[in-house]
Amino acid sequence: MQDDIVLTMRGICKYFPGVRALNNVDFTLRKGTIHALMGENGAGKSTLIKVLTGVYAMDGGEIRIDGHEGPIVIHSPQEAQHYGISTVYQEITLCPNLTVAENMFIGRGSGRGVDWKGMEKKAGEMLNNLGIPARPRQQLGSCSLAVQQMVAIARAVDAECKVLILDEPTSSLDDKEVEMLFGLMRELKSRGVGIIFVTHFLEQVYAVSDQITVLRNGELVGQYDVKDLPQVKLVEKMIGKDLEDLSGIKNNAPAGSENDVFYEADDLSSSESRPFDFHIAKGEVNGFTGLLGSGRSESVRAIFGADPVTGGTVKVDGKQVKITKPLDAMKHGIGYLPEDRKRDGIIADLSVRENIILALQVIKGMNHPISRAKTEAFADEYIKALNIKTASTETPIRSLSGGNQQKVILARWLLTHPQYLILDEPTRGIDVGTKTEIQKLVLKLAEEGMSITFISSEIEEMLRTCSRLIVMRDRKIVGELTGEELTQEQVMKTIAGGEQ
Amino acid sequence: MNTKKKAGAGLGQLLIPLVALGILIVFNLFRDLGFFAISMRVNNSGNIVLTGNLISIIDSASELAIIAMGMTLVTAACGGQDISVGAVGAIAGAVFVKILQGMGAITVGSVLLGLLLCCLATILFKLFNGTLVAVFRIQPMIATLILYSCGRSIAYWINGDATPQLNSPIISSIGMTIPGIPIPTPIFAVLLVGLLMFLVFKFTSLSLYTQSVGINAGAARLNGINPTLIKLLSFALLGVCVSVASVIGVCRLGQLNHKTLLVDIEMDAILAVAIGGNNLGGGRFKLSGSILGAYIIQMLTTTLYAMNVAPVNVKAYKAIVIIIIVVAGSPVVKSKLTEFWNRTRSVRQTKELSKRGVS
Repeated sequence: MQDDIVLTMRGICKYFPGVRALNNVDFTLRKGTIHALMGENGAGKSTLIKVLTGVYAMDGGEIRIDGHEGPIVIHSPQEAQHYGISTVYQEITLCPNLTVAENMFIGRGSGRGVDWKGMEKKAGEMLNNLGIPARPRQQLGSCSLAVQQMVAIARAVDAECKVLILDEPTSSLDDKEVEMLFGLMRELKSRGVGIIFVTHFLEQVYAVSDQITVLRNGELVGQYDVKDLPQVKLVEKMIGKDLEDLSGIKNNAPAGSENDVFYEADDLSSSESRPFDFHIAKGEVNGFTGLLGSGRSESVRAIFGADPVTGGTVKVDGKQVKITKPLDAMKHGIGYLPEDRKRDGIIADLSVRENIILALQVIKGMNHPISRAKTEAFADEYIKALNIKTASTETPIRSLSGGNQQKVILARWLLTHPQYLILDEPTRGIDVGTKTEIQKLVLKLAEEGMSITFISSEIEEMLRTCSRLIVMRDRKIVGELTGEELTQEQVMKTIAGGEQ
Repeated sequence: MNTKKKAGAGLGQLLIPLVALGILIVFNLFRDLGFFAISMRVNNSGNIVLTGNLISIIDSASELAIIAMGMTLVTAACGGQDISVGAVGAIAGAVFVKILQGMGAITVGSVLLGLLLCCLATILFKLFNGTLVAVFRIQPMIATLILYSCGRSIAYWINGDATPQLNSPIISSIGMTIPGIPIPTPIFAVLLVGLLMFLVFKFTSLSLYTQSVGINAGAARLNGINPTLIKLLSFALLGVCVSVASVIGVCRLGQLNHKTLLVDIEMDAILAVAIGGNNLGGGRFKLSGSILGAYIIQMLTTTLYAMNVAPVNVKAYKAIVIIIIVVAGSPVVKSKLTEFWNRTRSVRQTKELSKRGVS
């Protein structure tokens, strides 16, 4: 083993029933480097991490770590820690109601009473050394998310730590907090810790990493120095095909004309949203934008009848109708992909097939079950059409990756052949390739005459897909942008209150 | 990738209960071959009937099997259990007897009417539970604790302290055997209720609705399902099951005793659901599992009695066996077994792949 190499994984294989999650993957980590592990959802990043931390047993290959002769076998996260491999997960897994010091040392030590004084002193030193802005006796819950994340890291890196795995550590942090976290990562790097950095944010990879390993479909694409791999190339390697320039996606259709309106609401309000007017034409793609909490999601929920409707009139296809619950909306050809896929979208234990046919079955009614053969045919058709990666139609949806789960929910609504589809954050937390696919699909469906409302936190994505943007602030519509006004600058200005 | 075939073999939900039943049968085969003997005998009313341990097991588990089916539905939809099935069963029995007494003569018509009205009354009581659970979102165990506590008092109010007797060939035909048919009638009742359930699931998508509500009621609602309605429906169906079981229980003895009718059956029913591999937290379910569970419980009891275990000790031995079955079916053991299975499988796959020279 070379001197500066702390970890090598060779020919790692991992199979799940029907899926080759990892096939012959190599990975090498040097001391004192930050090594980004990149790949789309389902590429095998998490599986590789789980093999390394002993959560999964590998089916082939070997792992060697600095300081141990010969290959090692890791059976559990505890054993991984024993070898000097520590992990900090996406969700902070500490106890917010204990102090910072307690969180750093809980579950450690002799188990025979606690030396509180000594613990606090040691914690204070560590925090100081690592430059973490927290006091040992402070309650963890009172720290910002970034500091909590840093405390979790401080807990993970004791003297023994050689390899630190950070799994999406920045996903809930803002820019300033991310910078703080990077400071800590650089500090640890200068102490010789090898850091494996798993993230979806490309910019962050370039801000902090030294090396990049790219996985795709469970196979190694390659290992690169950051300076040799420009961002566009990285995305290409991740997707595996030359990236069709995203900017090529553009909705050139004019904003829907007033006389071909499919859905129209006057003074519509729900328990969660203030009264608002809204309309969408056939074949139009429009979007609600605004900051988190501006009421954009609440507005579309009111349209779908997801929250109790409290007032207003609604016309579908020119006729006045009552939409007070989701089933009403569905019967009028409206579909809704909710913002929170895990909480509101998937039925986790049901199969991919059952998740796909659910909405169509409900529209048909409980007394008209769709035959098993038909549901299988539907599921097969949409698995193919949307390129959903699943072992079979009977796989529980929860074992799919996030992007594929989202595609299943999309398939569920497409199967009902809606005339108006509401997509709330359809691309959140999913990989670049699937994002592109979904945006293209949206434009294709609109061309075929479907009305679509598209909501995304990424303004660029909305600018590409929407021909009209409704801007919200403080639960009120504050502007509508079309045509030439659809620029990032103008949207920002309107969100912020641009007139002044 | 083939998307048509079943997802990886995994372990079927029915595996553990089937193995448990298998072990019980094999155990009895070695213990005493005569345990399985079935013979023809003339009973007290002069009918020729089949007798033997097997017949008695399947016969006496009838009430439990029927209630276990209903309990499975409530469990799946609400993620909790109804502990008032025994007490409400006593009410059902009281209503049934009261109506028969009111009608005077016991005829096929009066029995059918009694069954119908008793069924309606039970559904009403179950909908009371259902409303507390589905509308007021009270934990099922707490919501059903109310009728669990007062159900037998209500049965007493309906019928007074007496243990009314029902003497009629029609009653014994329901509770024991129909003249000319050597198989006990309750067994047919299980088949009938099972068939009805099967038809309901075959010709509606109630199963999909129930499972969706049990797994994620919020998401189910956003897909147009009314979770409240589905939960109420599960309680109503449980009501039907309880009333049928209760009528069998009354007819079996030819009398009503509100203190002992279906007593403690709620715990055995919950156990049957659990042994059947169903998640007591709701969601995915298999009725056949719960029915198997009911017969396993009864077979266990009968086996212990056949081994001359003193009645006071039977429950203790039963508990030991049940611990083993429940632990064997627990998620932890299951996932270990599945992992083991997958590992041997993937080793096989690896070998096959290297044979083909792929890896």
